[in-house]
Amino acid sequence: MGTILEVKNLKKYFSTPKGELHAVDDISFKIEEGKTLGVVGESGCGKSTLGRTILHLLESTSGRIIFDGEDITKVNKKKLREIRENMQMIFQDPFASLNPRMSVRETIMEPLVIQGKLSKTEIEAETEKLMETVGLARRLADSYPHELDGGRRQRIGIARALALNPKFILCDEPVSALDVSIQAQILNLMLDLQEERKLTYIFVTHDLSVVKYISDEIMVMYLGQMVEKASSDELFRNPLHPYTKALLSAIPVPDVHAKKERILLKGEITSPINPKPGCRFAARCLYATKRCASTQNVAEISEGHFVACHAAVENKKKEEVKEL
Amino acid sequence: MENATLIKVNDLVVEYAADKKTVQAVNGVYFELRKGETLGLVGETGAGKTTIAKAILGILPDPPAKVRKGEIEFDGQDLLKLSGKKMSHIKGNEISMIFQDPMTALNPIMTVGKQISETIRLHNKMSKAEAGVEAVKMLELVGIPGERYNEYPHQFSGGMKQRVVIAMALACKPKLLLADEPTTALDVTIQAQVLDMMNNLKQELGTSVLLITHDLGVVAEMCDRVAIVYAGEIVEIGTAEDVFDRTAHPYTKGLFQSLPALESTEKRLKPIKGMMPDPTELKPGCKFYDRCPYASEECKAEGMRARDLGNGHLVLCKKTEEVM
Amino acid sequence: MARDAKSNKPKSQAIEIMKRLAKNKLAMLGLVVIVLMILVAVFAPWIAPYRFEEQNMEAVYLSPCKEHLLGTDKLGRDILSRLIYGARQSLRIGIFSVAIGAVLGTALGAVAGFYGGRTDNIIMRILDIYQSIPGMLLAIALAASLGPGVNNAIFAVGISTIPVYSRIIRASIMTVRDKEYIEAATAINASDFRIITRHVLPNSFAPLIVEITMNIGNSILMAATLSFIGLGAQPPSPEWGAMLSDGRNFMRDYGYLVIYPGICIMASVLSFNMLGDGLRDALDPRLKN
Repeated sequence: MGTILEVKNLKKYFSTPKGELHAVDDISFKIEEGKTLGVVGESGCGKSTLGRTILHLLESTSGRIIFDGEDITKVNKKKLREIRENMQMIFQDPFASLNPRMSVRETIMEPLVIQGKLSKTEIEAETEKLMETVGLARRLADSYPHELDGGRRQRIGIARALALNPKFILCDEPVSALDVSIQAQILNLMLDLQEERKLTYIFVTHDLSVVKYISDEIMVMYLGQMVEKASSDELFRNPLHPYTKALLSAIPVPDVHAKKERILLKGEITSPINPKPGCRFAARCLYATKRCASTQNVAEISEGHFVACHAAVENKKKEEVKEL
Repeated sequence: MENATLIKVNDLVVEYAADKKTVQAVNGVYFELRKGETLGLVGETGAGKTTIAKAILGILPDPPAKVRKGEIEFDGQDLLKLSGKKMSHIKGNEISMIFQDPMTALNPIMTVGKQISETIRLHNKMSKAEAGVEAVKMLELVGIPGERYNEYPHQFSGGMKQRVVIAMALACKPKLLLADEPTTALDVTIQAQVLDMMNNLKQELGTSVLLITHDLGVVAEMCDRVAIVYAGEIVEIGTAEDVFDRTAHPYTKGLFQSLPALESTEKRLKPIKGMMPDPTELKPGCKFYDRCPYASEECKAEGMRARDLGNGHLVLCKKTEEVM
Repeated sequence: MARDAKSNKPKSQAIEIMKRLAKNKLAMLGLVVIVLMILVAVFAPWIAPYRFEEQNMEAVYLSPCKEHLLGTDKLGRDILSRLIYGARQSLRIGIFSVAIGAVLGTALGAVAGFYGGRTDNIIMRILDIYQSIPGMLLAIALAASLGPGVNNAIFAVGISTIPVYSRIIRASIMTVRDKEYIEAATAINASDFRIITRHVLPNSFAPLIVEITMNIGNSILMAATLSFIGLGAQPPSPEWGAMLSDGRNFMRDYGYLVIYPGICIMASVLSFNMLGDGLRDALDPRLKN
């Protein structure tokens, strides 16, 4: 299967009274069709902005987004609408992402109504099918969002995203507002749908155990930049960037015997406004040295494992020298 | 007096009046908390965790909330029978509470130092200068440099604000700290810092903590004992080791299986089916009946009684042998 | 929260809102008065004992009596009948002037609020200038330049209230605009028009409905004021404000000439305000459960 989405040097800056906010700064990656890319990072790292820029809900500052062979930063409005039918989104907050004055049925059928390809009866039938697909009972069709619990609302959001039969779905923290038992139901549903429909996901989240479970590949972001990207197993087995290491060690594990080495970071995330050149993590990094003031570009350390860190790249070189 | 009981909650029943229905929020909760101990109160949204904490502190909004039954014995006196004046002395002096959102506890137009010193002066006879010195000490105790005494809450990041709130809650050296999801709004690396700090403080000050959370990982890290709350009842309580390693209630087991484990390579989670029962229409007998894979006719019978599995490990289930 | 929809039949939000409104006694009282007023206005020819312009020079300045329950005026016209016909005038003025103001105001406010930035700035600054002139003064100036008459009064009152609606709808749209469901609508290719009409406006209407209800009362009052100073309804039209104005010279001797129209104006304004207050509470989603 081929590459469905390729992002090249994507940047999204916001101008604020204090200066340029580098929400997404020079990010490049590819996703294969039918795979899931997890994007993790802490609040303010630009992961949600990245997703919205890819869907062109936000205009990118520069860079290319090639979806299914077409650069969506360059197409006209009409073409963009066509492409968007193949790129949908599931939102974080199942409370805020549904119009409170539209019933379940109205919400799910809206994309089809807007598309205008089907007749009214076909739309009705399709809506019922969609409800069944996501596990919503038919009797709920005329209910309003405020009458339903979080899990069911998120199912509505998923049905709406599936309505146009897209190839790609951006999932922005789709389970973080849900309780664990409901979260597991929704995650399973998303995996089932992916298998059935060969969907490609970008799964944006701050929850590392969820991302490990659902993703094929994981990208770690810090202050608008990609600091590491690798296959899910590789990232957890062999994290190379100090930030990734700290992040992984910070996850509270539900096991009373797990006494692990925790890397406590110094301080907190710095401002993404007018960042200085060089490594943005340096201020909190335990291994930072003078060289970190210069920029380390993302380097492929082993196949499919990318990292942006002087120390990591250097260690790798040393290893290679030893092997020789 | 190492293991003396600090607070004993006995058959607590709290209801909320909503329209014409009654929400049975807390239905006969029993637990004890010893001096210097941390008890985790775990459950999903709407399980009644926060209501229990608010009942202890006597800050339930009445109406609509009503404590129907029960005793809360704190240091030998029943808090539910105390006069308002006595209760307000205990509030803050001996019991204090921190909430999920630090901004609800901070006054945005007063410097953090002043807020802490005023809290101290409110409960102790001290001059302004003495209280100021004490406040700086508290700030440093929670890892905030004393120089930041004169800064306003908005100048602090989320994690720092939560530290300020903790400093304020601990300023009067309470015997009991009620912590309601204190780190849920924080990023993992910041959460790790705050949890680490709370653990150190607990040892230093000998405060007992009632930690309300939905995160079993946080519980494993922080708690000596755990109580699992479901539909207003404590379905399982015991030492962290007992609950995690010798899980006796099907709901607790379901919670663990709903979590994507970092080590496992399983392809699908095993979620708990269905949803929490409507708290206005609770049936007698086991509240978990509808969702339980072990349920049988006998579970519907009224008068569920907790069973003691030894070592203070209590469980509210007739099928424990099958679960374990 | 975990409200299961098991037992719920499809229930529209309108019904729930009506149920909440029904609990508010003052609002219901207001509603009853308004409904009565509407019925009286519609069936005026059948209810009124006389025609409003019917003069009877033999029965001028009659105090309330059996034939004329509320007395007669200087031309011997039956005051009760004139008040009954007056309800038509007042309702017409109230409803139409509010309609003009609300439609234009909502359109401007919706565009300003939804697009924001420069569009918003231009529209709102113009409305600022507009609003620096007191509403009543503006209405008087407009009515004076257009010439006296009920229709001109309606127009004048309507135009002068535009900024009120624009501001309300703009503020409420700005809070709705950033909601995720608006973004969701963009993601499924909804056009701006559809987003405004289907997603933004229905969720911004609550404060507008309240304002409209309350403003009907105000408009009736403003129109009455215009009539009172001779710029609104003209004789022999039985507009309440005009009746008040007619009677004011004889107020000392024949108090009932001003008391009854005054009571009518007050009752109608009060009723609309009470209903508006009730609607505000009923529409507030925070009071939903």
